[in-house]
Formats: sequence, structure tokens, C-alpha cells
Amino acid sequence: MSSLNKSSFLRIFLSYMPLVMLFFSVFNELDFNYLKLDYFSFNFVYLLIFFWTLRNPNHLGYLPIFFAGIINDVVVGIPIGISSFCYLLLCSVTAYIRNITLSPNFINDWISLLFTILLINSIQVIILDLIFLIKIDYMSYLINSGFTFIFYPVFFIIFNFLNMQISKQPND
Amino acid sequence: MATGRDDFVIAIRSAFLKKKDKQKFSLLTLIFLSVFVIVSSNLNFKAIQIIKSSINEVIYRSSFFISIPENYIKDLKQNFNEHMSLYENYNKTKIELENLKQNKLTDDFLKIENKKLRSLIDENIESKEIFAKVLIDKESPYLKSVVLNKGSSDNVKIGMAIIDGVYLVGQIIEVNYTNSRALLLSDLNSKIPSVLEPNDIQAVISGTGESFGIIEHTQEEYKKDLEENKIIAYTSGLGGLFKSGIPIGKMSKDTNGKIIFFSDFTQLNYVKITSYKIGSEN
Repeated sequence: MSSLNKSSFLRIFLSYMPLVMLFFSVFNELDFNYLKLDYFSFNFVYLLIFFWTLRNPNHLGYLPIFFAGIINDVVVGIPIGISSFCYLLLCSVTAYIRNITLSPNFINDWISLLFTILLINSIQVIILDLIFLIKIDYMSYLINSGFTFIFYPVFFIIFNFLNMQISKQPND
Repeated sequence: MATGRDDFVIAIRSAFLKKKDKQKFSLLTLIFLSVFVIVSSNLNFKAIQIIKSSINEVIYRSSFFISIPENYIKDLKQNFNEHMSLYENYNKTKIELENLKQNKLTDDFLKIENKKLRSLIDENIESKEIFAKVLIDKESPYLKSVVLNKGSSDNVKIGMAIIDGVYLVGQIIEVNYTNSRALLLSDLNSKIPSVLEPNDIQAVISGTGESFGIIEHTQEEYKKDLEENKIIAYTSGLGGLFKSGIPIGKMSKDTNGKIIFFSDFTQLNYVKITSYKIGSEN
């Protein structure tokens, strides 16, 4: 009985992990987005949202993603709403991919991620640079997009393992 | 062909409008909401500014508390490194202290002389200092700024200088009730009117997004001086926001045209928010 309770508690805890990771990374100063290394940065939040909204959207809702974007904007100091908009665009791409794909394929997801990140970062650059006249470093965005794409397989393995743990039925 | 287009439209419609079991809002609603937030947050209405300021207050405080464990680990690492290089630093500091003692004698005389000369031209500089703690120093790859724990309740105003010791580190760009945000000198959007000494050349120090700055809008002559001695950049006082003579950074022939800031922006814990009132005594 005790082990059953323990296992159900663990499952509930794990099911909230994507949400916890999302809010932890936007609130916390260490968000993998900038590890203070020259020419190295990647956007952990993009990877997290891309994976979970594509593979198991029940554990990462659009409303928390919207609020996470607002928090990220305030903490980083860019005009409020931009990150939310970008995160939701990422969600719309994953929702589209989910609708047109019958059997999920890692390579297809990975390639779609590259195009999606390039699209989202381009939109962000356009909004910040051309509309709000905030000077930004294009190279940082390019490097960030590149490393985010490269790191997807690593996080895919981790998130996939977590997803399998969450999706396990009690009798498995 | 028509079927293919229909499938595309159905997939798009389903992606934007269909709600999953646990989704309370459709994607399209939230996208419109975020566009509304972007537009409204930049309107200069008082109600919107109050809401924006309240959101900032709550998020800055929450972020500070959530970052406590990570900051503790960072401090621990720094303390360990400092401990390991204690003896080496002690010897260096001893030599530096001796040199500084000698220089101080000359400086004291110059200060008195400067004060006398200012009083001759009836000019005085009043400064008001507020000590602040750095709440968040989240440096994104795109924006370099810090959040401080003093705001409009402590009379902090936009444009005030941020000083670390005696060195300039940035200026206030956003003020909330109990906290404020300062743009660091290293940010791409930072431009500080400065003077390059010893040859008194006016210039603008611009941030690069990296840990150094560059010199803009100046005579090329400063490069000749660089061959012989090192250049120190101070605030020029033009623009009226800062007083003249606040040290910013230094440049030598080894730095390849980069201004190396005196202050290490990654190690800011406490800073002074300073405003200057420059004018004649009468």
C-alpha cells in the first residue's frame, strides 16, 4: 500500500516536472541561455517547450507558457509580451506538426526545430531591432540558434525518459 | 491538389483553434493576448504603467528568492578561488599599497587645488548617493542590465549613475516603486560621453554586448597616444547627467582598441545610485 502511494506521488511529481523546469529556468539566473562562455549559449526554454508541446502537450499548457514568457521578458528586461509571443509561435508550429504527423519521427522533429528557431529568432530580432529600436547582437542570436539546434538530441533523450516515466500506467 | 490545400487549412485551423483537454485557452487567443500585451505595455497610460510596475515588482522579488541557492553556490566558488590565491594576492597588494601611499600625497594636493579653482569660478557639484543591493544580474546574450533593490520610494530617478566603488558601471533606465533596472556600460545600447586622458580627447564609449567597450565619434589621434602610454577613459560630463571625471575604463596597445572596464560587472553586489547637481553657487 505504501509503495503504491509512493509510486503515485512520484508520478504526480514527475508530471509537474516540465512546468517546474519551465518556470525555474525563466525565473532563475542560471537558464543555460548564457553560461558566460564566449560564443556559446543555447535556449533551454525553446527546447523544453518544443519537446513537450510536440510529444505530450497535456503536461505543458499554453497558459503557463504565456505566463513564463511574461516572466522571462521582465527578468531579462525586454518589452513585455515578446517572449510569450515567440513561445506561442513555437507552440503553433508543434501543434501543426502534431496534426500532420501520424507517427512521430525524431529526425523530422529535429529539422523542424531548426526552421522554427530561425523563424522565431528572426521575428524576435525584427520586433526588438526594427520596432523597439533596441540594438542587438545578430551573431549572438545566430550562435544561440545553432547551439539550441545541436543540443536538441541530448535533451530529447532526457525529456523522452521523463515522458516515459510520466506516461507509465500504474500496472506497468 | 485541392485536397492537399484542404488538409493544410484543417491542420492550421486545428493547431490554432482546437483546445486540448487540459488547455483553457486556444493558441490563437493567447497569441492575440501576447500581441495586445506588447502593444499596451508600450503605451504611456498611467494605469498601464502601474500594472507594468507591479508585475516587475513581483517578478523581480520572486526571481531574487528563487536565485538564492544558485547565488550561494556562486559565492562559495568565488570564496574558494580567493582563498586559494590568498598568498599571491597579499604580495601583490603589499606592493600596490606602497605605490598608492606615494600617489595619495600628490592626489591630496591636487584635490585641494581643484576645490580652490572651482570656488574661483563659482562652480559646485552636489551629489546624492543611495546605496543599493543588486537583486538580479541576469545577463542575457542580448541585454546587459542589473536589477537594484531601490526604486521611486527612495527617490531613484531615470538617468541616475550607478557607481561601483569609484567606477562608473551604468545608468538607471527603469524605475519601479521598490526596485529599478540599470543598463550596464557593456550593453550595446549604452553610450557614455567621455574624455580620453592624458591628451583630453572627447569621445563616446559604446557597449559591445561583451565585457569591453569601444571608442566612437572621436579623433583618430588617440591611437598615436596608445603607442606610448595607456589611455584612461573618464566621463566628460557632457549631457549633464554625470559629473566629469568618473573613471570608466582603460585601454593599452595590448587590448586591441578595446576599453577594458575598471569594474567587473559579473561581481556586482552593492552599488551606489548617484545623482549630480552641477551649477554655480549663486
